[in-house]
Amino acid sequence: MLDARGLSCPEPVIMIKKAMETKESKYEIMVDNRTSVENITRFGEHQGYKVSVSENGGDYTLTLTR
Amino acid sequence: MQSKDKKELLVIAICGLITGAIAIALVALGNPANMGFCIACFLRDTAGALKLHSAGVVQYIRPEIIGLVLGSFACAIITKEFAPKGGSAPLTRFILGFFVMIGCLAFLGCPFRMILRLAAGDLNALVALVGFVCGILTGIFFLKRGFSLGRSYKQPVTEGISFSVIQVILLILVIAAPAFIAFSESGPGSKHAAIIISLIAGLAVGCMAQRTRLCMVGATRDLVLFGEKKLFVGFVAIFIAALIGNIVTSRFTLGFEQIGKVAHSDHVWNFLGLYLAGFGCVLLGGCPLRQLILAGEGNADSAITVLGLVIGAAFSHNFGLAGAAASKAEDGTINPGGVSTNGRIAVIIGIVVVLIIAVLNTFVKKNAKKEA
Repeated sequence: MLDARGLSCPEPVIMIKKAMETKESKYEIMVDNRTSVENITRFGEHQGYKVSVSENGGDYTLTLTR
Repeated sequence: MQSKDKKELLVIAICGLITGAIAIALVALGNPANMGFCIACFLRDTAGALKLHSAGVVQYIRPEIIGLVLGSFACAIITKEFAPKGGSAPLTRFILGFFVMIGCLAFLGCPFRMILRLAAGDLNALVALVGFVCGILTGIFFLKRGFSLGRSYKQPVTEGISFSVIQVILLILVIAAPAFIAFSESGPGSKHAAIIISLIAGLAVGCMAQRTRLCMVGATRDLVLFGEKKLFVGFVAIFIAALIGNIVTSRFTLGFEQIGKVAHSDHVWNFLGLYLAGFGCVLLGGCPLRQLILAGEGNADSAITVLGLVIGAAFSHNFGLAGAAASKAEDGTINPGGVSTNGRIAVIIGIVVVLIIAVLNTFVKKNAKKEA
């Protein structure tokens, strides 16, 4: 699980992009703002991942799978 | 392309077109040339009105700034995105904001005004655009290697709303116009649309920028870093609307000579001014417009950045660092304007300081982590 809470874009997207270099089929990342949710979702989908989002008290967990 | 992507691009394109059109309308209704919006100029004017500097020709509390922040604040409340946060290197952000303003005022405009000037045929803005992109690429070099100003944390509500409350006070001041506030009687500061029009324009663009995350720096940054074109579409849409608007209203003049349009042709310093702005803004995570929008959403780090911009503007005019616009005397002699020696030194110092901040928060931080 990557923790990008408190970081603002583009840092969370850079974080997931670097993680994707290992080419795994599933990644999880936590963020705390909707801009990061939108940006990671867009980036993940463009990389061929399905992205699901769950919210818990202002924190968001994004699960990217393929 | 997925339909969600298409919808997102369409929305930002429409918002960009409307924003560009509003910018042109503001000039037609009284704002200075190519200054429908200029975050740097408007913060500088507001700083002058509050007597943080004494340049008599650039003093006015710009309602557009108030509108941008309050528009973002209102939208963030409605969409439940308002979130007081802060604590991510506030002093570093203040310093970056300070020097971004020094760079912008050497060129005579923020990245937003750069687009508007370009859309009016001002080729000096093209030189600045090249510098701006080079600055962004320099920032990206550090981002790719782990640059970070650290995490922000949740803050009390007062920390999130104070900046918006300050805007309300400024609105009261511009409407009431008490004697202790300075308002220009000549020069760019004296040129403005009616308060209500400027305010509504700011509110509308603030709202759209909050929803679309419009950012002049993010446009190039995201395209280069991730191949993402959403913000770039917004950037281009503003340009297209402003270009059409300028042609229709006969305000388009292609060339470097832009007498009376708050511009100069000091190419090296137009380039370096916006190089500094582009570099600094990438490290800050967004352009001056984006900082205002984030401040409205409750981000105290962005509010501190805006204060850095304001103080940068005050220093810029108190110490003669800002570029001087080209002008024509009554006998026809042309004064080419440009950036003073002091201004040039300040821009160089700014680039060095921003570079040091970038290095310290990329490589030194990484080494410290490894040793720990």
